[in-house]
Amino acid sequence: MNTTVSNQRTKTYAATRNACKICAPLGASVVFKGVRNCVPLIHGSQGCSTYIRRYMISHYKEPMDIASTNFTEEAAIFGGERNFDTAVRNIIEQYNPESIAVASTCLSETIGDDMEKIIRQFKARHAGESLPDIFFASTPSYKGTHMDGFHAATLSLVKHFASSGEPTNKINVFPGFVSPQDIRNLKTILQDFGLEATFITDYDETMDNPSWYTYKNLPEGGTSIAQLQSAGSAMASVELGKTLAKQQEETAGTYLNHQFGIPKISLGLPIGIHESDAFFKALESLSGKESPAKYIAERGRLVDAYVDGHKYNFGKKAVVYGEEDLVIGLVSFLEEIGLDVVLCVSGGKSGQMKRILKEDIQIKSHTEILDDTDFEEMAERCREIRPDILIGNSKGYYISRELNIPLVRVGFPIHDRMGAQRVQHLAYIGTQSLFDKITNALIEKKQNESPVGYKYM
Amino acid sequence: MDTILKDRQKQILIKGKDQFQMECAKASLAGSVSQRACVFCGSRVVLYPIVDALHLIHGPVGCAAFTWDIRGSLSSGPQLHRLSFTTDLSENEVIFGGEKKLYKAVSELIDKHRPKAAFIYSTCIVGLIGDDVEAICKKISREKNIEVIPVQAPGFAGTKKDGYKVACDAIAQLVGMSKESKTRPNSINILGDFNLAGELWLLKDYYEQMGVEIVSTITGDGRVDDIKRSHTAALNLVQCSGSMIHLAKDMKEKYNIPFKRVSYFGIEDMSTALYEVARFFSNSEMIRKASVLVKNEINALLPALAPYKQKLAGKRAAIYVGGAFKAISLIKALRLIGMDTVIVGSQTGNKDDYLLMKELCDAGTVILDDSNPMELSKFVQEKQADILIGGVKERPIAYKMGLGFCDHNHERKEALAGYQGMINFAKEVYASVMSPVWQFTKPKSL
Repeated sequence: MNTTVSNQRTKTYAATRNACKICAPLGASVVFKGVRNCVPLIHGSQGCSTYIRRYMISHYKEPMDIASTNFTEEAAIFGGERNFDTAVRNIIEQYNPESIAVASTCLSETIGDDMEKIIRQFKARHAGESLPDIFFASTPSYKGTHMDGFHAATLSLVKHFASSGEPTNKINVFPGFVSPQDIRNLKTILQDFGLEATFITDYDETMDNPSWYTYKNLPEGGTSIAQLQSAGSAMASVELGKTLAKQQEETAGTYLNHQFGIPKISLGLPIGIHESDAFFKALESLSGKESPAKYIAERGRLVDAYVDGHKYNFGKKAVVYGEEDLVIGLVSFLEEIGLDVVLCVSGGKSGQMKRILKEDIQIKSHTEILDDTDFEEMAERCREIRPDILIGNSKGYYISRELNIPLVRVGFPIHDRMGAQRVQHLAYIGTQSLFDKITNALIEKKQNESPVGYKYM
Repeated sequence: MDTILKDRQKQILIKGKDQFQMECAKASLAGSVSQRACVFCGSRVVLYPIVDALHLIHGPVGCAAFTWDIRGSLSSGPQLHRLSFTTDLSENEVIFGGEKKLYKAVSELIDKHRPKAAFIYSTCIVGLIGDDVEAICKKISREKNIEVIPVQAPGFAGTKKDGYKVACDAIAQLVGMSKESKTRPNSINILGDFNLAGELWLLKDYYEQMGVEIVSTITGDGRVDDIKRSHTAALNLVQCSGSMIHLAKDMKEKYNIPFKRVSYFGIEDMSTALYEVARFFSNSEMIRKASVLVKNEINALLPALAPYKQKLAGKRAAIYVGGAFKAISLIKALRLIGMDTVIVGSQTGNKDDYLLMKELCDAGTVILDDSNPMELSKFVQEKQADILIGGVKERPIAYKMGLGFCDHNHERKEALAGYQGMINFAKEVYASVMSPVWQFTKPKSL
């Protein structure tokens, strides 16, 4: 077998047709919404922030206050500094946040706005005033996908805040783009190991707040500035996502490692038993404790479920799509339960997905892998392959509808269902939830298609 | 910390208290979390429902991803408008130009989908990187023998409303292209209805019952060929005046087609929209048919509304929507089911719109232009609204504060226009306001 996996492919069409990705400032906005008392500010046209808000509201079903510097023609010619100044002053006036997180856009980057300088000059002009912390991530949408924006924002946070200090026993957790419920579950797990964790960032509460009654200008929850600062004195960093681990460019984890000597543990998203085992093993070694009985039982129940349901899944053709790290995590799990993953699709272009799936996950030789692609290409392949099930975000619904096959909604976005914030993907508990959903979707399809209908499986 | 920013104070008026002239139709204030989008958005929402055209967005991926299948604009035929095409410009193309990719992308898609026309939207950076989109459109147009229309819509070049004008200019390039020239008797174009949840079909049915011929619908369930012959209509009906008035004026100037502004929301406005057409054609038979239609519809509707009105009487509503015409109609529609409007606002209203709102509302009503979540939540609380009527971005504000919400947005699944729409509206308001869930949203210990 040829060991060098080619990462180059040519799309059938020059145009992107139904993109399987979103733009970088959206990813940055998700990360920034996980910072306590922080207002994200998008340096670009008004539409950038409004579209992102709308997209995120439809998924999280939460107020999503993200400000804009609202470029005018004048700003597009002479630079957005004046608008930045007005925006920051108005945000302070209305929200009084602890921090303002700036994400650049294709517009501001193309005209060459130097954000570092603009922020520095703003601070100089307002010297002596009590200002929120202002920091920035470069997220032009012509560079990568929303995931690149997500990681750029995460890196910008640790670069801005992390400082050295007395070594602590804290763990930095970079969970990747997972659901608020996933973060909540991971927090419980780390707590149960007696580990104090800083989630960077922690949008468990901010993106899934309880009912309020009185409006809050800023949602509750999020990673505090003190926590972000302490990232530089942590005992270790855990960075989830296999493409991230292989990324050439600096990540938040590698930065903390180089700058402060904090050991970095790179793991895949803990989906399925193998990857969850690896995650728990890492926690065992970090905490020096064995996995609590609760999790041994969760794992046991999951194995039990795998056995109970194995016949319904075996050999069923699945198409998995979404962010590269999520796809890799899901495939690793689906391979455990006998589903035949026939096609893996992502709009991401880290160039790593194919190699990781082949070498780390050791997928079957017939599995097709399409990265840097779009939904229309996926649809065309699906019409040929005729899969039994789709697993991915809600944007693939139209394909599942056309082919009359179930879609199990995971990841982001889920715009056509309730509970997107609470979809569980990670660890034994998340895998259990995915397993039940996927198996039941296949059972339901068979039941619906049976000529008699039946009451027992 | 102030909820209302200094530079926005003149965009908020309380009837009976404030005497100043309301400011409006200006760029959103930087840092205010405006609910508006941008020029591109304005052009995109208007052109989107032209179902047999190819819509391709030239720029980085975001704008196309965010507007994929975004409106509930139904088609009775082709579904091409629901696909999202973009050149998805990458860094290299930003540096070396995107013209080649654009040319290839559009040519290939025309070959594949055989659209009746193509709209090529240029977003923020296209002009800045020096792409000559117009020249490429002309070239492809010649080669493929269809109209390839550039839509210059950089987000920063004004407000969402300016995007409406960009869209109208693009449509205007198609108008008059058919060789027909004779004005068709008793015929209209329906401008500014986007066939959300099939609303246009309700309207078409009403007008056809009256013996009116519909030449084109711009842009709901829109067809390129219909637009090309839309200059043969005798009258333009313009709803959503903010978005389509430019086209109506243009057609008046070029083809001498008069226009009337109408709204199809609520009984009053819907009935006026039918009578106006009949009166315009001075056709007694048409007037008779209109009055029979209106009478029948209202006779059926009023008793159906009665139980809702009984329960909803005295409840307070807050309105914050994109177009002012919709806000104005909603005030009247709410009154019909016994409800008071305590807050009313829009993203894109003009001076006259706000004067009309002021006239229609009771003293104490808050009138808002280009508002934001902080203001909306403050006034909703102060005015003790029972329901907020708005779009996707307003919904979580209402829900978080424990009040009802009515979706009057682009993705709605229930028709709210016409007589059928009025009953749907009452049902939706009722279902939200009367839901038992609010018992749990009041602050209370367990």
